[in-house]
Order: sequence, then structure tokens, then C-alpha cells
Amino acid sequence: MAESFKFELVSPERLLVSEEVESVIVPGKEGEMTVLARHMPVMTTMRPGLITVKTTDGRTERYVVYGGFVDILPDSCTLLAEFSVHENDLDRADLGRRVQETRDAIPQAESPEHRTKLEEFLHQLVTLENAMIPA
Amino acid sequence: MASLKDLRNRIASVKATQKITKAMQMVAAAKLRRAQEAAEAARPYSERMATVLANVTRTINPGSDVPALMGGTGKDAVHLLVVCTAERGLCGGFNSQIARLARDHVRHLLAEGKTVKILCVGKKGFDILRRDFSPMIIDRVDLREVKQIGFANADAIAQKVIALFNAGEFDVCTLFYSQFKSVISQIPTAHQLIPLKTEAAAEEDAGTDGAIYEYEPDAGEILGDLIPRNIAVQIFHALLENAAGEMGAKMTAMDNATRNAGDMINRLSITYNRQRQAQITKELIEIISGAEAL
Repeated sequence: MAESFKFELVSPERLLVSEEVESVIVPGKEGEMTVLARHMPVMTTMRPGLITVKTTDGRTERYVVYGGFVDILPDSCTLLAEFSVHENDLDRADLGRRVQETRDAIPQAESPEHRTKLEEFLHQLVTLENAMIPA
Repeated sequence: MASLKDLRNRIASVKATQKITKAMQMVAAAKLRRAQEAAEAARPYSERMATVLANVTRTINPGSDVPALMGGTGKDAVHLLVVCTAERGLCGGFNSQIARLARDHVRHLLAEGKTVKILCVGKKGFDILRRDFSPMIIDRVDLREVKQIGFANADAIAQKVIALFNAGEFDVCTLFYSQFKSVISQIPTAHQLIPLKTEAAAEEDAGTDGAIYEYEPDAGEILGDLIPRNIAVQIFHALLENAAGEMGAKMTAMDNATRNAGDMINRLSITYNRQRQAQITKELIEIISGAEAL
């Protein structure tokens, strides 16, 4: 059995998950990464995406996040997410609305950098949306 | 001298008031529990945030790529005060305490020749500060409609503050709120948001994990992302503390009011009974003296 480590998913309103897990797949800003125990300390930002958690008792849980931070230490992994929800509880209308809002905001972008940022964000949201539509 | 009927009416009205204050006290107690739970639940996030922030600031070399939100503009001429108060009154000295602290701060800053701008969160603080500093209030945020304060509310305020900062409207931002110590004691507190003060947090964390982090993307960029969020978290924290404090203060105030009403009823009842007795005695004397005269 693989070594386990502590995983915590925190939103500003409350502590969502705190348990021992074997692995966590995090949608990092510069690509997905799988975190296992004894990972080197890393700090990264997240893009909108899915977090896949494999717990010590063999369950696999997935959570949706719209961005945040990951703080990885050899013995723990802490996710600070502004908004996160279990994939089963995701409100698809809400996701659709966010996509629409971002889409509407693009023509009003003040600078090319801002525009690029928004377009990137939109792309990530759409990817997430496609991933979430049940096959 | 009030007549018996007047006294009866007074007693009835005080009793009605007592019922209301008692009900308000109980409502406040229930809401306090909920507010406390919310504050409790929000604690892990702000704690982690502080740790992460302390870690990042430790690794980043000062002076080079520190975002303006953290380092400040280097000036100290224009101050923005974000004053968070309750939306409703009837909670003792809660609102006036916060307002008084803010007012003293404003006077102090003005005496030093600085420019002051005020952003009011909550109706009561606005009402109090409007009397003295009405031209300085640049904006107010109304949370009257909000039942349970969510992170989105705090985030909206934070966005406002950051937009003002980016527009060069102020140099230093201070947050005023009431710290929830216990049901009977709330401490009005001033907390500087911009530029950020991290020395204290960094100090106590230094011992726990001196891990050297790998940053992805680089530390500067993470920090640039982290600081605005931290401001929102601080404001969120302040709003939650305020909500709990308001309910605590209201509970105490209403408890006092109920007790005062009880005392008043007692006093009025004694007067009422005495007067009734006096009237009966007077009537008896009249009857007896009438009978003797026959």
C-alpha cells in the first residue's frame, strides 16, 4: 500500500475535506500534477479544473475548483480554493453562467494582457464544462 | 398623581415591551450561535492563508518584485478607512464603539495633515460618521439584504478597495471592525490592510517549517495573486467577527433591557397597590364618618 499523507481542502467559508489520502491530482497553473507522499515543497496556483483525490480506503473523489492555491509539503497538501464543490453537487447552471460572464467580459477588456488572461480563463472554464457533461 | 387607570396602562405597556426585548434577546442568542459557527468555520482558511503568505514573503527578496498592494506606494499622504459596522441598532454601544475608534483615528490623521477617505460598510457606521465627516465618505456598502455573510460579499468590498488603490486614490488602507472576544466583550480594532504588515505572522511561523519551496509560476506572480485574495479574506474575517459581535452585543443589551423592564414593572406595581389601598381606606373613612353622623 502506498504511503499516505494529509490532504485538506479549505474554502473561505469552511474546511471542506480533511483526510488521509494516497494521491491527489491538482490542476496546476502550468499543468496537472499528481501529488504523492514525500513530495517536495511546492507552491502553485490552480486553474479552474477537477481535483482527483484517492483516499487510503480506496475511494476516488473528485472536486471542482475555480482557481486557488496549493501548498504542498512532504507530509501534507493544502488546497486554498475560493470556491470548490464535490463533482456530484456541482451546479451546472452556475458553471454555464460563469462561462457566459467571462465571455461577455472579453470585449470590455482594458488591456491586451487582461484580454489574454480572460480568454485563457474562458478556455479553462469551457474545458472544465466539457469534462463535466456526463457522457 | 397618576390615576389607577393610568398606572394600569403603564404596567401593561412596559410588560409588552419586556416581551419584545425578551424575544429579541432569544433571537440574538440563536443568531449568535450561527455567527460564531460561521466565524469558527472560516478560521482554517485565514490561518492557512497567513502561513502561506508568510512563507512566500520570506523567500521573496525585498525591494525587487514586491507588488504595490503589499509594499504600498511608498507614500503616506492619503488614508482610506474601511469602517465595518452593523446594519441595525439596538445592540448597545457596539456601533458607536467602532465609530468612536474610527473618529479618533480620523482626527489624529487630520491633525497630522493627511487626507482621509472613508468607506462605510454597514448603515449604522455611515449614520454616525456622516455627522462629522460627511465630505470624506466616498462610498458605502449596504449589507442589509444579506442574511448570511458569504465570501462573495467580502470579495466585492475587496475589489472596490483594490480598484481604488490601483486608481491611486489612497496610499494606506486601514480596516475598522470589532473583534469578538466574548458575548459581553467586543473590542473595536484597527487593522492595516495596505501596505501589508506580515512581520508578526512571519515571526511565529519561522520555527515550524523552514521548508524551501518550489514556486510554480514564480514567487512574485503567486504573491501578486495571493495579496488581493488575502485582502478579501481579511475583510471576510472582519465581517464575520462583526456579525458575531453584533449579536453578542445585542444579546447583552436586550438582556439588560428585559431586566430594566422587570424592575420598572415592580416599582409601578408597588405604586399601584399603594394607591389602590389608599383609595379603599379613603372610601371606608367616608362610609364610616357618614354612618357616625347619622
